[in-house]
Amino acid sequence: MGVTKIGTAVRRKEDQRFITGRGQYTDDLDRPGQAHAVFVRSPHAHAHVRGIDAASARAMPGVLAVLTGEDVAADSVGGLICGWMIHSKDGSPMKAGPHPALAQGKVRYVGDHVAVVIAETLIAARDAAEAVLVDYEVLPAAADTAKTQAADAPQVHEVAPRNTVYEWQLGDKAATEAAFARAAHVTKLDLVNNRLVPNPLEPRVAIGEYEPGTEVFTLHTTSQNPHVARLVLAAFIGIAPEHKLRVIAPDVGGGFGSKIFIYAEETVCVWAAKRVGRPVKWTSDRTEAFLCDAHGRDHVTHAELALDERGKILGLKVKTIANLGAYLSTFASSVPTYLYAPLLSGQYDIPAIYCEVDGVYTNTAPVDAYRGAGRPEATFVIERLMEIAARELGVEPVQLRRRNFVKSFPHQTPVIMAYDVGDYNASLARALELIDYTGLAKRKRESARKGLRRGIGFSAYIEACGIAPSQAVGSLGAGVGLWESAEVRVNPTGSVEVLTGSHSHGQGHETTFAQLVSDRLGIPIEQVSIVHGDTDKVQFGMGTYGSRSGAVGMSAIVKAMDKVIAKAKKVAAHVLEASEGDIEFKDGRFSVAGTDRGLAFGEVALQAYIAHKFSGQELEPGLKEGAFYDPTNFTFPAGMHVCELEIDPDTGIATIDKWVAVDDFGNVINPMIVEGQVHGGIAQGVGQALFEGAVYDSAGQLVTASFMDYRMPRAADLPSFTVDMTVTPCPSNPLGIKGCGEAGAIAAPPAVINALTDALGHENIEMPATPQAIWRACRNTPAQLAAE
Amino acid sequence: MYAFDYHRPTTARQAAGLLGKDEDVRLLAGGQSLLPMMKLRLVQAGDLVDLNAVDELRGIARSPRSLTIGAMTRHAEVADSPDVAEAIPALAAMASTIGDPAVRAMGTLGGSIANNDPAADYPSACLALGATIVTNKRKIEADDFFKGLFETALEPGELVVKVSFPVPAKAGYAKFRHPASRFALVGVFVAKRSADIRVAVTGAGANGVFRWLEAEEALKARFIVKSLDGLVASTDGLNSDIHADAEYRAHLIAVMAKRAVQQATA
Repeated sequence: MGVTKIGTAVRRKEDQRFITGRGQYTDDLDRPGQAHAVFVRSPHAHAHVRGIDAASARAMPGVLAVLTGEDVAADSVGGLICGWMIHSKDGSPMKAGPHPALAQGKVRYVGDHVAVVIAETLIAARDAAEAVLVDYEVLPAAADTAKTQAADAPQVHEVAPRNTVYEWQLGDKAATEAAFARAAHVTKLDLVNNRLVPNPLEPRVAIGEYEPGTEVFTLHTTSQNPHVARLVLAAFIGIAPEHKLRVIAPDVGGGFGSKIFIYAEETVCVWAAKRVGRPVKWTSDRTEAFLCDAHGRDHVTHAELALDERGKILGLKVKTIANLGAYLSTFASSVPTYLYAPLLSGQYDIPAIYCEVDGVYTNTAPVDAYRGAGRPEATFVIERLMEIAARELGVEPVQLRRRNFVKSFPHQTPVIMAYDVGDYNASLARALELIDYTGLAKRKRESARKGLRRGIGFSAYIEACGIAPSQAVGSLGAGVGLWESAEVRVNPTGSVEVLTGSHSHGQGHETTFAQLVSDRLGIPIEQVSIVHGDTDKVQFGMGTYGSRSGAVGMSAIVKAMDKVIAKAKKVAAHVLEASEGDIEFKDGRFSVAGTDRGLAFGEVALQAYIAHKFSGQELEPGLKEGAFYDPTNFTFPAGMHVCELEIDPDTGIATIDKWVAVDDFGNVINPMIVEGQVHGGIAQGVGQALFEGAVYDSAGQLVTASFMDYRMPRAADLPSFTVDMTVTPCPSNPLGIKGCGEAGAIAAPPAVINALTDALGHENIEMPATPQAIWRACRNTPAQLAAE
Repeated sequence: MYAFDYHRPTTARQAAGLLGKDEDVRLLAGGQSLLPMMKLRLVQAGDLVDLNAVDELRGIARSPRSLTIGAMTRHAEVADSPDVAEAIPALAAMASTIGDPAVRAMGTLGGSIANNDPAADYPSACLALGATIVTNKRKIEADDFFKGLFETALEPGELVVKVSFPVPAKAGYAKFRHPASRFALVGVFVAKRSADIRVAVTGAGANGVFRWLEAEEALKARFIVKSLDGLVASTDGLNSDIHADAEYRAHLIAVMAKRAVQQATA
């Protein structure tokens, strides 16, 4: 059992448990005396609730309670919150309507939570839920992002006239207008960034419990950030005092952002557990996940890029309408604003940028962060513009990018971000080599001979990860700081427990974090365990999203380990009867410099706990240290993805033939896990580009409410990826890490659409580019398409 | 799922007896359509008659002129059967594309045609090959069996026992899968038989499987792909939804018909 070094592609420690079915997900847990909750949900997108008749449901066998908005109000259960304040350009705060845990007088989307039935068994709860009679007065619905601000559109919330939550702006309008006035060429683009349903493998689950003796509540739930859930439930919703509420997120089967948020169902389970005096369990079914999990993306955008006669970018202006759904979810307001517009500069040196974003209400499910969160939307805008501009100017897309790349660092963009380091030419050069760019013309001819059309598409993406310096996000309206915490507990036998505020729901933290500890402390990886996801075990932490667990979470662990090593040196100095300054720590061994005298890490740990060689007055016994790490900057992973595909014009099917990804994630702990993250991200990005799309009809009914109509990407849709990396270590954190969790999902959509439009010979195709859409785009001229 | 009474007969006669009992009795074959519907509470069965222990409904028998397949024969058994592969290879190939391995391991011929899902594969094979559906009461020609959306000629108390397929000279099946559900968005089965040529289309029609007579006529002259050049199916009576409007479906019918003929003549 040797040391596992940073940079080793060691197999994931947690996979044995997951692959053999021994994971413990929330739904695997059952609590003594547990009852089951089933929600009565609105079948209408918009309606007044005139009355709820639950008398017959309450009388059914096994029913313990039927609770409604009246009970929520009677118990003063607070509404769900949005934790990021956005101000409009006129300085007014965003207009957030109420979001009660159970509807009070009105429902605003199909699936809105009207009542909950709690019964002895799931079947009894289901039967009774069907017997709850709700008297709805159906109202017209505002379901269309582009039309919801019309004067005659149905009003979703009284507080938000014209369904407008905010009219936000970023950048210098005057400077941008001046740049456009000087432009030799302006490229214009209208686009829709399609709406997505997150669909993690494991749906959401909650078990609420209340122990009357100690007055302690416990919530087992599928959360990416259990401490934040506890904070919100305690401080804002008022379910329980923070010190009397324990939130546990055990094994969690994927989140992609959708499990960051604090939803009505989890809230109700905790609250109802005290009401009925029984643990209350709710497991979402797939239909509920489609209807009620916070969706992603859903932008309508107009963008213009100004260039000079040499193809150098002068300015960029963007106007986006961002659908936020029927209620503001936990971080909804920040996604199309501060997670979006600051990335519009892409990898390019753009002197002037101006972006306006209207956040709007509609009678659809809430929209919030989904893998990439704002950054895929920004990348799609700039990378589509670059491709189109190059085609319009008759320049090679690669050449136009090269001409405009940021080449010296640090680089301050006009939209907040200060890029610290990168080498965009290097990733482009490597990608061209790997895709065999020089052989492209030949491959296109070969495809044409088979009656197929081949296209190539580039995507030079950048993202801001390692979210985020607390002061910076505080100044932008965040209600929380985005540091991370860690505690390193060394046991007397020398094994180590790391308690982290990060949360793994598929990322492999139990391996990468342990690998870091093994490398730094010089002990076998088997002697390290990673503890996360339980607010009673782990000190306050901020959780996992925004590719932050490596850059922020692991940096906190490094900081705590540095303290452990410093303390252990003091212990070793006493034991070895040397001065502290002479103790060196290397390869898991403390030794006296220039001698062969030394102690293994485990021996020092034991000495720290038995405390026989030093007095408790001069040195505290024990070996356990904690740390909070607050980053000084975002990190800026960037890279080049290239997609090459073939279209069959007879059927409209696009087949991806080659995919090259050259990413710069800074230093990498476990290349196998990083590659896996890239693969999964590309799959989701290809899903957005070619397959996935949540469709609401004009009445606000979700047409794509099951896998029978919502098309997920499949393994067979994807080629074998060619993944490579370039490395410019991140200067702002001790490990030089940038983060890799979202890169693929950010890079992929423009790569696919740029390849498709190359193959088509025109730009008229939206996401998802379904076979039907591609067939039509092959068959009709752009003019015909525009007329349709 | 709502509660129901469960029955597990061992003979077709017992099953038919139970079936005749009440209005809301449902037969359980492979359960690949019925069980999901019951789980979603979209179907409520008072009594569920499970046919999985009725051995006489299973099996594949081959004669020089025909192939007879028991109603409870699984898709995987048809796909893997050397007899089917020799007699009507297009039928084995078609069965191998139904759903996914889990569906093929459980789903049955009888279940598929009795359900008559408008996007199921088997109805097109039955219609194109001119199959005879044998029930516990009578024999029904495929042309008379498929009556529309989830509707068949089966009467109360009647269950499919087996299906007899005449061996064609040539046959082929091509399918364009629904992007999400993977059912046939358009599936075309072509068969050149001793007496005629048949082209049956599934997935596209708002009223279920149908024969594309113009294509049959065009193929009479010569049973080759070229005979279908320029032929476009009518959009009348075709489905239209977010995945494919009628125009796209009509186009795909022609493309899949050509690919089916290509296979049949390869």
